[in-house]
Order: sequence, then C-alpha cells, then structure tokens
Amino acid sequence: MISKITAKLRAYWEQRQKNKGHNAFKRSVTRSAGGDVGIYILLGIVATIMVLPMVYAVAQSLKPLDELWVFPPRFFVVNPTMKNFRDLFRLMGSSWVPFSRYIFNTVLISVVGTTGNVLFSSYAAYAIAKIAFPGRKFLFSIIIYSLMFNATVTGITNFITMSLLGWVDTYLAIIVPAFCTTFGLYLMKQFMETNVTNAVLESARLEGANENKIFWKIAMPMVKPAWVTLVIFAFRDLWNTGANMYIYSEQLKTFNYAISQLVTSGIARSGVGAASTVVMMIVPITVFIVAQSNVIQTMSTSGMKD
Amino acid sequence: MPKEKAIIRSDISKARWTIIEMKKNWVGYVMILPFFLLFFIFTVVPVLLSVILSFTTFNLLEFPTLIYFDNYIRLLLDDDIFLLAIKNTLVFASITGPGSYLLSLFFAWFINELRPKIRAIVTVMFYAPSISGSVYLIWNIFFSSDQYGFANAWLLKLNLIPKPILWFQDEKYIFGLIVAVALWTSLGASFLTFIAGFQVVNQELYEAGAVDGVKNRWQELWFITLPTMRPQMMLGAILAITGSFGFGGHITALVGFPSPNYVAHTIMHHLDDYGGARFEMGYASAIATILFFMMIGANLLVTKMLRKVGS
Repeated sequence: MISKITAKLRAYWEQRQKNKGHNAFKRSVTRSAGGDVGIYILLGIVATIMVLPMVYAVAQSLKPLDELWVFPPRFFVVNPTMKNFRDLFRLMGSSWVPFSRYIFNTVLISVVGTTGNVLFSSYAAYAIAKIAFPGRKFLFSIIIYSLMFNATVTGITNFITMSLLGWVDTYLAIIVPAFCTTFGLYLMKQFMETNVTNAVLESARLEGANENKIFWKIAMPMVKPAWVTLVIFAFRDLWNTGANMYIYSEQLKTFNYAISQLVTSGIARSGVGAASTVVMMIVPITVFIVAQSNVIQTMSTSGMKD
Repeated sequence: MPKEKAIIRSDISKARWTIIEMKKNWVGYVMILPFFLLFFIFTVVPVLLSVILSFTTFNLLEFPTLIYFDNYIRLLLDDDIFLLAIKNTLVFASITGPGSYLLSLFFAWFINELRPKIRAIVTVMFYAPSISGSVYLIWNIFFSSDQYGFANAWLLKLNLIPKPILWFQDEKYIFGLIVAVALWTSLGASFLTFIAGFQVVNQELYEAGAVDGVKNRWQELWFITLPTMRPQMMLGAILAITGSFGFGGHITALVGFPSPNYVAHTIMHHLDDYGGARFEMGYASAIATILFFMMIGANLLVTKMLRKVGS
C-alpha cells in the first residue's frame, strides 16, 4: 500500500521536475523578469475591466429593491438577498408551459446541435485538409466567401427551403442548419492542415488504416484544442438561441426566449432580470471551464510534440 | 504522393488525371458530403439567389421583375444615406477590425505565458463579455442618460457637469462609445482560436529557436510562433473583417435606429432597413452584394499583409 503511494508520488514528482525543466528553459533564454511582471500587471488590469459586467450582473441579482435605485449608484451589494432568484423561480413556476420544457428544449438544441456541428465540420475539414481529392480548393474558397455574405437577405430563401422540407415549427429548423457553420469548418481545417503531420498520416495509411480510423485515432486527438474551442463556441451560440422565426409553438420555444419574456423591463423586475442573466450565464461558463481546463491538462502532460 | 504524380501525370491528359485522382480519393467526397449538402442548401443557394435578386425589384408578394443594374445605380448615385453608411462602415471597420484583431492576438499570447491552471481562469475572464449574448447592454446602465447611470452619477456628484449627459444620444459621444463596445466584445471567436493556436505550437521549435539565437519573447513571437500560426491568423482576419464590417445589431440595441443624424448608420443598418422593414428585397440584396465585395477587398489586403509575417 505504502509503496504504491510512494511510487505514485515519485511519478508525480518526476513529471513536475520535467515540466519545471521545460519552463526553466523558456524563462532563462527568452523571458525577462521585467517583461513577465509587465504582462501580469496588464493582464490583471484588462481582465478586471472585462469581468466587471459579470460581477455587476451578479451584484445586481443579489440586491434588494431599495439598493437597486440609490443615488449615486453603488456597484457592490450591501445587504445581499436571494429574493430576486426566488421571484424568478416563482415566475417560472407560474408559466403556462412548464419551465422544465423550455429548459429541455434548450438543452436538446444545444447538445445535438453542438455534437453535429463538431462532427460534420471536423469530417469535412479533415477531408479538405488531408485527402487530395480534386475540387477541394474550390470548395474551400466557397466556404470563405460565403462567410462574408450577410444573413438578412438569405433569410427569405431559407424560410422557403424550411417550408418545402416541412421543418417549420420543428426542432430540425434550428438544429440542422447549426450543423454546417462556416466557422466550424474553417477552424477545423486550419488546425488539421498544420497540426496533423503528414508523416504520421502516411505511415498509418501504409499500415492499412482507413481514413475513418485515422480521423478518429490520429487527427482528432492531435487537434483537440481546436474542437474544444468549437464545442465552447457552438454551445454558447445555441444556448443563447432566442426567438426564432421558424418556431411558433410555445412548447418548442427556448429557455432564453421564455426568460426574456418573463423579464419585461420594469422597475420592480430589474433585479429579476439580473438574476435571469446570471442563471443564463452559468451553463456556458461551466462548459467553458470544464472544456478549457481539460485541454490544458492533456496538452501539458501528454506527448503532443509530434 | 509526389513520386507517382511525376510518372503518371506526364503520360495522360489533365481530365483523365483528375478522374483517376477522384477515384483514388473517393473517400474524401464521402467525408465532406454531409457538411456540404447542408451547406449548399442553407448557405450557398441562398447567397446565389440573393445575388440574382439584386438585379431585380422584389417586395416578397409579387414575382421579382428584372431591372438590371438599377438597384446599384440608385444606391451609388441617388442614396445619400447609403454613401454615409459606407463612410461610417469604413471608418468604423478600419478602427475596430485591426484593433480587435491585435487585442485578441496579444492577449491570447500573454495568457499563453501563464501557468496552465490560471490560464483557464483568465481566459474565462477575457471571454466574459462574449459569453452571455446580451451582457453588452450593461453599457446602457453605466452610461445611462439619467442620473442613475454610473458615469453621470459620479460626474454629477463631483460637480463636473451641471446636468446628466445623454451619452448614447449625443453625436459627440456615440461613435467613441460604440467603438469601445465593439472592442470590448471583440475577444470572441478569434480570441479563442488564437488561444488554441498557441497551445498547439510545437514546443521543440522554441528550443531550436533559442539555439539559433532568438533572444527575447518578441523575436520568438515574430520568427517562430506567428509563422506556425499563420492558418489561425488567416481565420482570425476573416472573423475580424466580417465582424467589423457587419457590426450593427449592438449599435441598434444601444443607440436605437436610426441613430441621431445617422452618425452611427452602418451598411448593416441600411440593409436591415430595406430588407427587414421596407421589404425591398432586391435593393437589400444589392446592398448585401456591395458589402460582400467590400469584405472580399479587405480580405485580399489583409492576406497580402499576413504573408509578410515572420520575414
């Protein structure tokens, strides 16, 4: 038992020494102490500015009514209360369609849409970046240019398409178009191109692995930061799906839509509004932190060097 | 496979070679099929149709009638507000485009210098303004036009101003404020792309660089990191261009539409006005097409500049 633990500790220690050695190299040769300090200070200042609105939203959500309207306005809360959240949940409980249904809709859209987006984009990106089929350059240039066309005017055609497909007022109208985002394909292709090394691919092909297997076993692990980024980004977008011109039925509407209906701007409800913002932010932030720290861990411990 | 290429290619015609390559790499077509099928239905076809519509007049009720270049002529010669919108968009984009790009790049780089665990947290902090879709409306609270807005409240309390300033209605302040909002919300997709890009740079290159005489972090960035990150930089550039030329929704939410004296009227607003409110779809499509070519132009320019990186 004890020997097991010591072995584990030793392995951990060795890993740390190794990492340390690596950092020590970076620091001594190309990093000046003054530069480091300067960067930390700059990061600290700007990070504070960036994070202020979130702090403010949280502070607002905890304020009792009298603190919301004082002059001069206070940034932080003096007597925090959970009343705004209680009000919010009470309002949720009194809605015509049960709130769990809205939450279910949003979760379904976000999870299926994100999964499909990552899968479809990565597959296509791998093929474009690493399989030499004729026409791939042309197809890719179409992608780039289409990014620059405005969505307002393409809306009409899409509405007609949706009605022809019979997808109006179904989940499909939101989920399926989310599968093929230009950003997803472009992001994955750019990473696949440089970070999936050809030497590894060729040797796998010579050993007889098919492209599907290479994609899953070699390419995707090598570009993990890229698809984690895509997960974060696609999820955030879909999570914030609000009113949609394809959806009429109340039962199919999203959490974001429902919550914004609750918070009709008015004096009494501005605290509830802040509470709803906080509730809406929690999930994307959690997804972000879990995904991001997951990447950083694997990148620093596993052999991503070749 | 360059070896095979050299032998076979010289013997046969280009068309025949293409067919052989297509057969050999058929699996590529299978892999792109799901994406491109949807992509053509939901993006390419609508884009082509609206380019065609830009040569017609179309009000959504009657069938479009062809009027050739009339929309474009009207836009460029007869629509003063559109010319103002072009000017505003160009000024706005030339500040916020490069600004957001450099902010994303440098802060991603700085964050990459941090230790892994802190890195995730600091990344969240920087990404915060983009996480919630509507959190930028906080600017309305800070710069609210009554005395309860932070800016007004403190300026009043310190006796610097006699009465509250209508921040988002006063022509003097609107432009500066929306530039600030744009930059503040700009650490989004391209920022995350850069963060990921820095993570996948091959660490051995740094060691090799140090041996070759790279002396400080700036040299390392310019000669080693950025050249290997060129694909991510291209993506970031496209996102900066589309973001800065297509900025409009936030302005409407903060300033309202139309903005006082059209000071913040961008091409996007003009497009939404004709496409969303007046239903002149032919005219709106012409606006979208012009915006499209402006972005392509900007993209060519940026691509040229990015080629110089690392030299």
